[in-house]
Amino acid sequence: MSAPSRGTYSGGFAWAMARDLRLAWRHPDEIILTLAFFALVASLFPLGIGAEPQLLARIGPGVIWVGALLAAFLALPGIFATDFIDGSLEQMTLSPHPPLGWAAGKIAAHWIISGLPLTLMSPLIGLQYGLTGDTLLVEALSLALGTPILSLLGGACAALALGARGGGMLLALLALPLFVPVLIFGAGAAEAQATGLAPTPHLSLLAAALIAALVGVPAAVVAAVRISVD
Amino acid sequence: MNWFYFSSPSTFYGLAGRLAPWLFALAAVTAAWGLYLGLLVAPTDAQQGEVYRVIFIHVPTAWMSMFLYFVMACYCGLTLVFNTRLSAMMARAIAPTGALFTAVALWTGSFWGKPTWGTYWVWDARLTSELVLLFLYFGFIALSNAFEDPRRGDRAAALLAIIGVVNLPIIYFSVQWWNTLHQGSSVSFKGTSMHVTMLTGMLVMSFSAWFYAAGAALVRVRSIILERERRAHWVRELKEG
Repeated sequence: MSAPSRGTYSGGFAWAMARDLRLAWRHPDEIILTLAFFALVASLFPLGIGAEPQLLARIGPGVIWVGALLAAFLALPGIFATDFIDGSLEQMTLSPHPPLGWAAGKIAAHWIISGLPLTLMSPLIGLQYGLTGDTLLVEALSLALGTPILSLLGGACAALALGARGGGMLLALLALPLFVPVLIFGAGAAEAQATGLAPTPHLSLLAAALIAALVGVPAAVVAAVRISVD
Repeated sequence: MNWFYFSSPSTFYGLAGRLAPWLFALAAVTAAWGLYLGLLVAPTDAQQGEVYRVIFIHVPTAWMSMFLYFVMACYCGLTLVFNTRLSAMMARAIAPTGALFTAVALWTGSFWGKPTWGTYWVWDARLTSELVLLFLYFGFIALSNAFEDPRRGDRAAALLAIIGVVNLPIIYFSVQWWNTLHQGSSVSFKGTSMHVTMLTGMLVMSFSAWFYAAGAALVRVRSIILERERRAHWVRELKEG
């Protein structure tokens, strides 16, 4: 592949996204593991708490959100860690493309291989919990709006923790507190729908948070990557 | 006058050592005065009885927990923009005190909550966002110590602190944005709905908390400076002299 003489944001975005998606396509086990983890966590709750249909319908929206959040969290090291270890990340910072472009491309690819499959799988888990049609739809919609925020915030934290001692535990301490508002509004939307209230306020707040994150977080990711490869 | 004279660790080390005892003394005096006002002079609250006196610890520590995070984030901004050494050391020195005040605010709050609300903890917006603040402090401390190279830890933790600033307005406005169990503030710039002695006691205690935080941060920054600059000439002279 010959390097272009002048880099562009869109060029870097497309290149990084295509590369990470191709890598994921060649190792599909990572996506399958993420989804398997999601299904496993979701099936632990009925076994631990009790399987009365009313109870399941009550806790379902929240449990599915927590499960998806944890699965998205466990997929975070995949964004930068392997590229950091084998030195590709350093090479990318030397590329003519501005880092904002390719970093955003990597995060977009990460959402497509973690957040999107989790969103698509959530109705299946919802059926196990006895959620009804509208609640399943709102749950999937809130995940579709919320998981990109998780990928963005988590990407910033994963870039900060590159090469740090303490690995996964440290990443949990950094990322999970930042995920709390997303969880509250995301689970709140499905919860509101399940109890007969309007989910739109929660979904609007989630969409607003997504827009704010899309604008602000990629710059933080770039700053974090720069600190890491310094 | 050179405004940047004290921005060097070697000169600031001496200044911090001279200021810290005074700050601790002021903290002790104002704490004695504030506790005297709060525990002995201030009248019993008409609705809550004696238990309201927790506010003389709870409100100052809660204010300081947010204020210290803001100050820490400002130092972190200086670290990232100007790559200054001392500001990163100050941010590290403030973080444990900030975490302490956050923990005290949550702890005293739950002791107040048990007799008043009937529960030690509720998952309302104010309490949850304050708990997130505690984890942000922990994350900052953990990340700043997670690297072999302390400068790398400084910069990574600085960026985390700046991302976490989003949480401050959420804590502050949570009682207005959401219909929470935690009550709204009785104090505002337009006036207050409190008895004047209660307000004075609370403000005096806030100054005490501020003096203590400044003193503790300066003592801590002195040991951080010594640790970082242990190979510098002036530190060796300090040891010999």
